[in-house]
Amino acid sequence: MLSAYSDMLFKAALVVYTIAMLMHAVEYVMAKSTTPAAPGASGSATAVAAGAEGTAGSESPGTTLTATATATPPGGGEVVGGGTRSRADRFGRMAVSLTILGVLLHVGAIATRGVAVARWPLGNMYEFASAICLAAVVTWLVVLRRTAGRGRSVRTVGAFVLSPVFILMFLAGTVLYAQAAPVVPALRSYWLVVHVTTVTIASGLMMVAGAASVLYLIKRSGRLTEFAARLPDVEALDRLAYRITVVGFPIYTFAVIAGAIWAEAAWGRFWGWDPKETVAFVAWVVYAAYLHARATAGWRTTGAAWINVLGLATIMFNLFFINMVVAGLHSYAGL
Amino acid sequence: MSSPPTAPPSPPRTAQDAEPPAGGRTPVRRVLAFLRNTWRGLTSMRTALVLLFLLALASLPGALLPQRSLNQQLVDQYFADYPTLAPWLDRVGAFDVFATPWFAAIYLLLMISLCGCLLPRSLEGVRNARSVPVATPRNLARLPHHASATLDEDADAVMDRVRSRLRVGSRFGWRGAESTHEQGVRSLSAEKGYLRETGNLVFHISLVGLLVGIAVGKLVGYEGQVVVLANGSQFCNASILGYDSFRPGLQVDGTDLQPFCVRINGFTASYLPNGQPDTYRADIGYQDTEQVESGDADTWSPFELAVNHPLRLDGSRVYLTDHGYAPRFTVTWPDGEQRTGEIQWQPVDRTTLLSQGATKFERPGIADDAQRQKSSLAITGLFAPTSSGGDVVTSTYPEMRNPEVAIDVLRGDLGLDDGRGQSIYSVDQAQVDSGALVRVARANLVPGESTTLDDGTVIRFDDVTQYVVLQVSHDPGQTSVLVFAILILLGLGMSLSIKRRRFWVRVTPAGDGRTLVELGGLARTDQAGYGEEFDRLRADLLERPDAPGPDSATPEKDG
Ligand code: HEM
Repeated sequence: MLSAYSDMLFKAALVVYTIAMLMHAVEYVMAKSTTPAAPGASGSATAVAAGAEGTAGSESPGTTLTATATATPPGGGEVVGGGTRSRADRFGRMAVSLTILGVLLHVGAIATRGVAVARWPLGNMYEFASAICLAAVVTWLVVLRRTAGRGRSVRTVGAFVLSPVFILMFLAGTVLYAQAAPVVPALRSYWLVVHVTTVTIASGLMMVAGAASVLYLIKRSGRLTEFAARLPDVEALDRLAYRITVVGFPIYTFAVIAGAIWAEAAWGRFWGWDPKETVAFVAWVVYAAYLHARATAGWRTTGAAWINVLGLATIMFNLFFINMVVAGLHSYAGL
Repeated sequence: MSSPPTAPPSPPRTAQDAEPPAGGRTPVRRVLAFLRNTWRGLTSMRTALVLLFLLALASLPGALLPQRSLNQQLVDQYFADYPTLAPWLDRVGAFDVFATPWFAAIYLLLMISLCGCLLPRSLEGVRNARSVPVATPRNLARLPHHASATLDEDADAVMDRVRSRLRVGSRFGWRGAESTHEQGVRSLSAEKGYLRETGNLVFHISLVGLLVGIAVGKLVGYEGQVVVLANGSQFCNASILGYDSFRPGLQVDGTDLQPFCVRINGFTASYLPNGQPDTYRADIGYQDTEQVESGDADTWSPFELAVNHPLRLDGSRVYLTDHGYAPRFTVTWPDGEQRTGEIQWQPVDRTTLLSQGATKFERPGIADDAQRQKSSLAITGLFAPTSSGGDVVTSTYPEMRNPEVAIDVLRGDLGLDDGRGQSIYSVDQAQVDSGALVRVARANLVPGESTTLDDGTVIRFDDVTQYVVLQVSHDPGQTSVLVFAILILLGLGMSLSIKRRRFWVRVTPAGDGRTLVELGGLARTDQAGYGEEFDRLRADLLERPDAPGPDSATPEKDG
């Protein structure tokens, strides 16, 4: 009964997200580029990028000062005209309002599911994927809030953040969908609740960070100029990816530790190289490599962004492939 | 601000860069230079990065290929499926990834690199912690954060205010250094966020500690499984022989196990209507090391052993890992001799707990060895806790609601004496094939029923006892691993959330008791977000938060 309401709310949230995504897409198309139009576009983008590279290497305060000062374009680099802007802006605002509505519906869906099954609603892949999407969308809203104002908003990329959410939620609602049911005894532990909740939050964060890194790579590649011209400048994307990752990484670390504590109580060892554990370890190492890359000459920019994308790919691989194909002890996947 | 500097105090770039100028090269020197360069290369940031990648890459086969340590059957299956590929993979250890020399080599190199990287950084950290902030730059307006205003205060008052606002000298305030220049110009350079470095060091050092803790566990720990009937039977951790399977650490010879005993008084499991298990619970009593050593055999402390609820006895833990059924049979031979057998049968269907097994008997009262051997009995077949009924018995539910066995009785030579171990769940098929072991009866029995063989031997199915599988794990390194894991988290949180940032103030007397105050700020790490803090400082110090002068700017406002 209640679980039917949950399913309805889930669908409603998906529909609302989809509309929000489409509106963001309209906003994106209508918005003027952040770099001067067509022919000059690629040249100017690389100029900014070169500035960034120059800054990155410097450590002594003296050089940093000058480089930083020059690399910051006045007004955050957003050169936007009058009329189109306000119409694009209106679409963007509507999209954000819809996203908030979607989050409310989504929270409702997950909460009613939890009540329906009388347990923490993270017991199978459907619930897990759904919650990751919620975490990603909430992350996105927080990002919007914190970057609002002074022309530094990254709202225009909303469509690209919401599209992976859309895909994952669609898969959750179709392929992964599982009837509401209780879980096996081994899965009943507070540590498990802590573990899966934090993994979910971290995955949601990494999803947004990964999207930012993908956009960064597109913008820096110098290809797809027509498309890339409207993206926020490379530094904004890079910073976005980094900021979210440094929040997500400790959460992920905590989640892995919580998982180990739970495994110690449930399976008799805190670490056993079960496939799921192994890939979680790999993802953790990849993100550690990301942070290292940002402190390694020659790896700070594109290299680090690739590693970040690789990290997200590893997390998603762990979620899908390992659960569905390999399945070790973590075989509660419940497909 | 573009991706700002995060680099640690300049790690050596590459070995080549650091090469000393050639000249006067003796072989010894060359060797030394080579060693030094190798060391520098090994401890460079780039090497750490490469090693991290290698570690990730090397772990992957552990997830994608079946591993012996987890599931030998899957490995065998893989050998059957890929007969040409599997031996090759086996040769490079792909089925024991985490025990291979190459995996060990990667993480050992990483550890060495880590230590080589940490040592100098720790020293530098100590030195850094006492250093004074860098002098105030000449042109503060060129900093990413800057502001200025002319205030109706004299320089002393301004400096006092700055000092107290920044809490210079306080433990939680900014570290500051003041200087006085010509014409009454005074400046203060302040820095905050030194704990970032500390966090980073705590993180990396704890990582080493964690791995040492794990290594200790691998050396002196052990793990064993044992089946115990849930009818008041006991298990004591006295020797390896008590276990059904045992995995010792590298330094464990099994002579020195921590003594303790457990007694399984009963076991209950409950299931959902679809057969999915709901709860497992064993009612046990235990005697810890002290009790065992004091020789008090009658006092048992009660405990409820359940999934996610192990028994912890300093250094060792006892887990409930599995359960099943042990049917009890009584055989009465024509001469009146009687024997009862009760041994675990193995679940073959996890959802219905349909089980199979073999309960074996030697005929008592026969002196002649050969004769006795030839008249052994084995009761093999299936047990269904909730029987479907009918001729072909299957199980429909895991709980014992309607137990029934479908058995074959075999008589002859079980082949137990030929020295080869055989499964407790089946008879030796070779004995059957050779005709040494012959089926003499087949029957479906519910508890209390019996069947009679051609020679008058009566086989009765008495009852069923539940058994539990216990796992004993001994890992003295575990606590330290947990402590280091927590430190890792703290260090990580510290190093990723604390911003190393600088703040400068210059005051210049402007006559008439007025003072020009210039502020500048610079975040030294990726963590910008300094803008807001700078804004607050500016508002507090320049006192005009709403109307900053036209010459102030804070381009950075985020995070
Ligand atoms: C066992 C392998 C290692 C792991 C898992 C690891 C992990 C990490 C992580 C997660 C960070 C970011 C958090 C922080 O700043 O504290 C970090 C930073 C850092 N690591 Fe490692 N590390 C490893 C080995 C090394 C090695 C061998 C070196 C020396 C070459 C090194 C040098 C650094 C430095 C200098 C930073 C600071 C970067 C910054 O300021 O952002 N690490 N490491």
